[in-house]
Amino acid sequence: MNHTLFVTAAYAVSALGLGGLAIWILLDQRARRREIADLEAAGITRRSARSKS
Amino acid sequence: MTDAAVARTKVSDLANPTRFLALAGAVLPWLTATALIVIAIGLWMGFAAPEDYQQGSTVRIMYLHVPFAWLSMMIYSIMAIAALGTLVWRHPLADVALKAAAPIGATFTALALATGSIWGRPMWGTWWVWDGRLTSVFVLFLMYLGIIALTRALDDPGRSARMAAIVTLVGVVNIPIIKFSVEWWNTLHQPASVLRLDGPTIHPSLLWPLLVSALGFTLLFFAFHLMAMRAEIWRRRVQAMRRMAARGAGTGAGA
Repeated sequence: MNHTLFVTAAYAVSALGLGGLAIWILLDQRARRREIADLEAAGITRRSARSKS
Repeated sequence: MTDAAVARTKVSDLANPTRFLALAGAVLPWLTATALIVIAIGLWMGFAAPEDYQQGSTVRIMYLHVPFAWLSMMIYSIMAIAALGTLVWRHPLADVALKAAAPIGATFTALALATGSIWGRPMWGTWWVWDGRLTSVFVLFLMYLGIIALTRALDDPGRSARMAAIVTLVGVVNIPIIKFSVEWWNTLHQPASVLRLDGPTIHPSLLWPLLVSALGFTLLFFAFHLMAMRAEIWRRRVQAMRRMAARGAGTGAGA
């Protein structure tokens, strides 16, 4: 029995799905971090951050 | 302070998002690296193991499909515990955990369905059949999508959190249905062959690669979950900072 194509397809779909999920989460993290940095650069800080400084 | 009190303090410290972020930052590189290494070892063991005498090489799809299917149920169970955390204990991170887990659970469930379908075509002669197991997992996938929509439906995360928690808890009824569907109904899907009271029915040469792969993908889920929770905490901080800036601008004290 040679079902190499089916095995390859299953691994390719999984790699695409998990790779896509990883990229989506990493981009989301990066975008949020940049937003926080921009807001802090504009002088806006959270109350808890202010009380520490 | 007693040891029990110290332990309780350490656990409650995690309820503080800032401490959680610090812990996640320290743990994540190690967790991700370990997950990738364990997955690589598991899949290598799978390809080094002999082919199944009936399934041939398609048995190698099992090293993906079965961990994904287990994770689809495990992630939902974690979301149900988080839902209890939101409704009963009002834990500040419970809602973050539920919301962050939903897209990851949906992805693993979609991949379980896709890899199962790809395996089914050569083995069953069909891509899909509406039997008890496949249909109940498809319902689980739809529930994940519903919860994703619900957690993002309202601007106020607190109100979305309560609604999503209630729906998540109602949906828990589907988990035992998925697990026992192959026993309750006459399904094309084979019955449980690993998690059985009388022990696994898979040969150890195929079982060990499966267990190692499952451990690797479980670690990968926890890495994804920590990353997604971190992004969600940051998202809420951005919202809080924008609200503060708007309030400051409204009173003339901002900028």
